[in-house]
Amino acid sequence: MKVILSGNEAIARGAYEAGVAVATAYPGTPSTEILENMATYEGVYAEWSPNEKVALEVATGAAIGGRRALAAMKHVGVNVAADPLFTVSYTGIKGGLVIVTADDPEMHSSQNEQDNRNYAKFAKVPMLEPADSQEAKDYIKLAFELSERFDTPVFVRTTTRISHSKSIVELSEPKQRPATSALEKQPDKYVMVPAHARRRHPLVEQRIKDLEAFAEEFPENRVELQDLSVGIIASGTCYQYAREAFPGYSFLKLGMVYPLPKKKIKEFARQVKKLYAFEELDPFFEEQVKALGIEIIGKEVFPSCGEFDPGTAEQGISGAAGVEKKGAALPYLPPRPPTMCPGCPHRGLFYVLNKMNVFVAGDIGCYTLACLPPLKAVDTCICMGASIGHAMGLDKALGSEAHGRVVAVIGDSTFLHSGITGLLDVAYNRGACTVIILDNWTTAMTGRQDHPGTGMTIREEKTTKVDYVKLVKALGIKHVKKVDPFDLKKLNKVLNKELNRPEPSVIITDSPCVLYRRVEKGAQRPLLYVESSECIGCKACLQLGCPALEWVTLPVKESAALKKKRGEAFVNPTLCTGCELCSQLCKKGAIRKKDGDN
Amino acid sequence: METTDRVQNILMVGVGGQGVILASEIISEVMMRAGHDVKKSEVHGMAQRGGSVSSHVRFGPKVYSPLIKKGDADVLFSFELLESVRYLDFLRSDALIIVNNQKVLPPSVTLGVDSYPARLPEIMRERFSRVEIVDALDIAKQAGNVRALNVAFLGAFSRHFAVDENLWKEVISSMLTPKLVDVNIKAFMLGREKMNS
Ligand code: SF4
Ligand code: SF4
Repeated sequence: MKVILSGNEAIARGAYEAGVAVATAYPGTPSTEILENMATYEGVYAEWSPNEKVALEVATGAAIGGRRALAAMKHVGVNVAADPLFTVSYTGIKGGLVIVTADDPEMHSSQNEQDNRNYAKFAKVPMLEPADSQEAKDYIKLAFELSERFDTPVFVRTTTRISHSKSIVELSEPKQRPATSALEKQPDKYVMVPAHARRRHPLVEQRIKDLEAFAEEFPENRVELQDLSVGIIASGTCYQYAREAFPGYSFLKLGMVYPLPKKKIKEFARQVKKLYAFEELDPFFEEQVKALGIEIIGKEVFPSCGEFDPGTAEQGISGAAGVEKKGAALPYLPPRPPTMCPGCPHRGLFYVLNKMNVFVAGDIGCYTLACLPPLKAVDTCICMGASIGHAMGLDKALGSEAHGRVVAVIGDSTFLHSGITGLLDVAYNRGACTVIILDNWTTAMTGRQDHPGTGMTIREEKTTKVDYVKLVKALGIKHVKKVDPFDLKKLNKVLNKELNRPEPSVIITDSPCVLYRRVEKGAQRPLLYVESSECIGCKACLQLGCPALEWVTLPVKESAALKKKRGEAFVNPTLCTGCELCSQLCKKGAIRKKDGDN
Repeated sequence: METTDRVQNILMVGVGGQGVILASEIISEVMMRAGHDVKKSEVHGMAQRGGSVSSHVRFGPKVYSPLIKKGDADVLFSFELLESVRYLDFLRSDALIIVNNQKVLPPSVTLGVDSYPARLPEIMRERFSRVEIVDALDIAKQAGNVRALNVAFLGAFSRHFAVDENLWKEVISSMLTPKLVDVNIKAFMLGREKMNS
């Protein structure tokens, strides 16, 4: 049967067809849908792990037990999982172990655009890279076979344009795997004390040589000889772009991006006149090809930053100019960045932080968007969980200068991912930081996945739920306070008090994401409206940056009649959720509830 | 419009939350069932929070790239006025523009810092000869549910392709929750029949 699948859906399908037993992940764009889809298949154990390190460890355990296992993560997630990764490369596995790394060239939804092909070389683990959804499905199955054949974890790398592109896939039935699983003790293979690890390392080196030999025969490293004046080495979506731009040239399409088939590359280079490495981000192929003493053109004509498209190939190879502009210049087009939703529980907090003019050590989630105007109240964002460490470092380095002027903000899911250890450090090393945990009951940014604080598993089964207050107290933080983030006065008061404390404290804002699914559908909150005759046009409410609040400029004549008023606020009834933040800011009481009841 | 030998490039743009992605899913599925190779690409994540959204849909005998090259889009199918102008440099000189007559204010406009650009339809008409402006909200209202806006708009789009009407209906019915099917089919048919400009 033929269906249209995204790369992520195809990966999940491929794992299912390959008989995967255990699949793990922490959500992260562009990888999230892999596990969401895995959980829809019968007979697969799927979990949202608290972070990527745990995800890989759980998958490794399953593989040591002889079952097939998959761990999926975004590119920066591999940084978190790097610790087990480098050593499971030594131990090898028994059942197939596949790690999906979903890279994000162009940083559509990421803090950097690291090229995770480097991890394959660094950890000495083979890596496959599919070029569309059909290949995504096929390569996952190949990856499991390679993993078992060569006793190694195997990477499958995607990029955003593979994970989130859809194309046609032919489905097959899952294959029944013989039950080889068992508890089997093999300490010399799995206990990496130095004496054992020293014996494993040469095996790893030999394995890479064996894989290199395999790469020469691997049919997915495909030579397409056509016009021999130009040869292009490419993989993944870059192959598609170049093929689109130059359907007639010759290609070496690499299905395995590490280790490389050196002989095949030499042979291809010999056949074509001019050789190009067409690859996004790092000169990964280029450097290795150059190390073989082969002349190849790469980063001198193709960019190192951002993602490619077919135009990139044309510009780099035939020097085609960009598209010329049509007609007269366009007017200025106001940008449209993503913003926090109307009614978002984070908005009020960042409004207050902005007014307090404190330094906000930030973290990763929807709330990072509060760095944009008008809220402008996030001052750092580096990686998951970092906010607390940043606040601690500032506190220790600047002492009284920082005291009362620095807060850390971190979402619930991010806190559980890697904020707990940071907070432990604050307690243990006697910091004086104030940490705000923004508990919106879900992993909002990636599309509302469950986590250990939601009380639900990935399959929506009930489970235990973290008690943040008890957890924080157990770490050694004495002052913990829950507040309703829609009560601006209270927020202000609590923040002032906790910031000026000489001891560490935690504030938990407790209110669900507006998109949270499980809120009981009670009566809808009444929407708000602006009483035009009362609005003086002071723009105080607009400082919330709520997309439902609009500024309406009045015609000159009208505004003259109303004396100085140039315009007024307006609540867009199709967007307003009735959260009542804006009405708290209007000194004139001009923002009111629609129905007059309650 | 329908050609069989060349890949057709449809660039769909709008604002997060407008239903651009669902509409692009429907088009892709229809074109696959009509016998084409299909690829489509868009970005999730950050883009959902009211930001500018684009989806590239390509179909034809054999599609390689999931992305449309700048200057190569045959159709701009835009859910919002300002967003259509933002993507004009993706279009071929003879491209067809189908645009929903709706304004969604960007943050700097709601804040009163910038103003929403004027004369957007004229700007498009000065540069392209085929610009079709559709009042999709009005059609959806006539069909009985403003939330059928994207499917109503899809109706207007469908007129330009030689694909059996029943195929569209079949796919729309299969992709929506049963409760919403009737009103959406009605919206689709109204959009398909209507020649507003
Ligand atoms: S998804 Fe939820 S947490 Fe994210 S911006 Fe919207 S309301 Fe806020
Ligand atoms: S009540 Fe005010 S702040 Fe809240 S969603 Fe409505 S307009 Fe926005």
